[in-house]
Amino acid sequence: MTERVRADVAIVGGGIAGCAAAVALRAAGMTVVLLEKQLCGAGASGVNFGGVRQQGRDLAELPLARRGRAIWEGLNERVSDDVEFVASGHLKLARSDADMAQLEAYAAAAAEFGLRLELLGRDAVRKSAPWVGPGVVGGSLCAEDGHANPRVVGPAYARLARRMGADVREHAEVASAARADDGFVTTTAQLEVRSRFLVNCAGVAAGTIAGWFGERAPVRPIVPNMVVTEPLPFLVDRSLGVCGGGVYLRQIARGNVIFGGGDGWADAECRRSRPLTRTTLGAMREALALVPALEGCHVIRTWTGIDGEMPDVIPVIGFSSTTPDLVHAFGFSGHGFQLGPVMGEIVAELVTQGRSASPLEPFAIERFIEPAVAPGTAVATEP
Amino acid sequence: MSPLADPVVVVVGAGPAGVRAAEVLVRAGLRPVVLDEAERPGGQVYRQPPAAATGLRFDTYGFERRKAHAIHGVLVDHGAGIDYRPRTLVWNVFERRLDLLTPQGHAELHFDRLLLATGAMDRVVPFPGWTLPGVYTLGGAQIALKSQGIAIGRRVAFVGAGPLLPLVTHQYAKAGVPVVASLDATPFGTKVAQLPGLLASAATAAKGLWYVGRNAARGVGVRHGIRALRVEGEQRVEALAWRDASGAEHRVACDAVGASFGLRVEAQLADLAGCRFAYAPDARQWLPERTAEGRTTVPGVYLAGDGARIGGADVAELQGRRTALALLEDLGHAVDAPEAAQLDRALARQARFRRALDAAYPFPSHLLDGVADDEVVCRCEGITAGALRRAAREKDVREVNRTKALTRVGMGRCQGRVCGEAAAELLARACGMDLGEVGRLRAQPPVKPIPIVASTA
Repeated sequence: MTERVRADVAIVGGGIAGCAAAVALRAAGMTVVLLEKQLCGAGASGVNFGGVRQQGRDLAELPLARRGRAIWEGLNERVSDDVEFVASGHLKLARSDADMAQLEAYAAAAAEFGLRLELLGRDAVRKSAPWVGPGVVGGSLCAEDGHANPRVVGPAYARLARRMGADVREHAEVASAARADDGFVTTTAQLEVRSRFLVNCAGVAAGTIAGWFGERAPVRPIVPNMVVTEPLPFLVDRSLGVCGGGVYLRQIARGNVIFGGGDGWADAECRRSRPLTRTTLGAMREALALVPALEGCHVIRTWTGIDGEMPDVIPVIGFSSTTPDLVHAFGFSGHGFQLGPVMGEIVAELVTQGRSASPLEPFAIERFIEPAVAPGTAVATEP
Repeated sequence: MSPLADPVVVVVGAGPAGVRAAEVLVRAGLRPVVLDEAERPGGQVYRQPPAAATGLRFDTYGFERRKAHAIHGVLVDHGAGIDYRPRTLVWNVFERRLDLLTPQGHAELHFDRLLLATGAMDRVVPFPGWTLPGVYTLGGAQIALKSQGIAIGRRVAFVGAGPLLPLVTHQYAKAGVPVVASLDATPFGTKVAQLPGLLASAATAAKGLWYVGRNAARGVGVRHGIRALRVEGEQRVEALAWRDASGAEHRVACDAVGASFGLRVEAQLADLAGCRFAYAPDARQWLPERTAEGRTTVPGVYLAGDGARIGGADVAELQGRRTALALLEDLGHAVDAPEAAQLDRALARQARFRRALDAAYPFPSHLLDGVADDEVVCRCEGITAGALRRAAREKDVREVNRTKALTRVGMGRCQGRVCGEAAAELLARACGMDLGEVGRLRAQPPVKPIPIVASTA
């Protein structure tokens, strides 16, 4: 039998963004139902690398990332759990002079947004990180960046949302969502939710939901392939990336070295994913080039998960272009972990005030509207 | 399935199931690839010393000497007829490819048909002192003797919940190692009650009774119905203490303990191959689904031996042969129907025996009821029973993979092979759920640790 519930806001997707939105909306006094198809924080929010990184982001994201960074500082207290956030610094490495020039240009541009990056030459980078391999010619250090444990953050936000009175439903996959006279009707196999607002934080499935409201959002699945070693003596005290984005690597206090790079496999329905061995072995080679001391260390687990990527590799955040009171926040394109907490605040601002304190113009869904076909133009159709 | 011209048939495991399967495949004109982690064939049950080892004093095979030597001989006898690759770890299966760690490095191998005979390992239950140096599993104690000709200590005690206990006790006593206690965590009454069923395999039952009798004659009577146990010692094992069925406390000085509580399937490769699993309440484990002929839910993937369900070495041999026949039949080969029927009858007889044996040695659940909060469950990561219970209580954890994600249980080198089942048992108790409801740890590659190297083989 279908259970019927009512709330001010229905949120689709229990990743960090969706759960943080539930928290912020409850704090603003609104009633919330959150629908998650599996377990909260078990999707892309829970299986990613865990980078809490501002450096290297699209400049349009920097105001959001700057604002989000402040939330990470006090996140343990906020969610009453240890999210293992460490401000280790993020070191982006250059392997050629062209890479170095790119880092210099980025540092100048990022300074406009108040992000301070320290450029390190060939000797300076070795002084700061004596464990880097011979191919490294320099780097750029963002001292206030770091990393955290992605497995913990989403579930912690979901529990906080529940404690604050949000109705969080897990194993509740949305089957339909549509506009109704007084708002929205969203259904799962067992549930019918009526709400004034609808928030679309559905990750790789968000494009489908946007489609239900006549909007185009070309979300492409990406499947980041992750690798972790056994605990090793602590060595790599920075979170590492490279120009070109091939490989990324960090070591946690427990000693495990976590690295990623390249894609795993996902089925067409985006329900199952698997790490791919050629990707894993390729990432091993790249990780060895960055940190030669890893030679012979044991990998104990590999994993992956499915995230949604937009063609321009920045998310969709903001109101729907077709439907009043529908708010989108998806397509974080493999770098949404750091932005998750701030997305909660931004979504709540949009719902409660109709606008956000952060500049969202670059993330408007309108950027994917296809030019209308002129009348009389022949359109090729599939047989 | 359409016939293949020259199919690549891969058998994983060179224990009794894998070796007998390979033998049947060769006889049908195929040249199977046999991949095995060990240096020499035999599996765990018929494990051989390293080729270079000399001067081993013990005959560890006992009654099974002829069976062991027969299994060892198959791969030798067939020479180039079998592509036998020892010291090869299969660490992943995806689609029709195996990922291997060979003596030369990482490699991959395509297959058309895959027969997994990956065996079993000891089932571990945490108890006070179980992580002290000097505590082994029964299987570990046996391997030390079989493979290296060494004992785990000079005065040893054994604790078990299955037929391995009287066997290991016998093997150690026969090798001249003083066995100061042999404790069975299951009641004596269940064995008596199951006698009729155990006689379905009269010879095996007789051997079991013989071990028990010999042990008793040497003064190492197995004590049944142990309620609780504790290993004592500062830096290493100094004594074993236990409470018997009547509630009386006992203590013996010893310098090593072998303790494990039945066996668990090593089914990670079946999981990675995509085989469907089901919870088997009688075995108290999740098992890959398998037909009586050895077919799984994945076409082209077959299972035989203890890696599918604990049945012992004799069942493994029969299943290896039967499963190879099913594989051949699916490849379009004409299969000897009387041979298949004879194997099916023998397996049915063994199944009756096994049901009785399982009932005679029920899983000692009571040992997990009494695990204290400060007891380490996952020793790779140092995760205690209290941490698991707290996660269940405070973090809404109702599923074992979620427990892993939030507590790190099963996240170390063993990837839950040692602690996963105890963690699930404790989680189920903490949530008031059945063991089958909290799920099972999903296998993730690699099945065992692999090194970071720059090149592939």
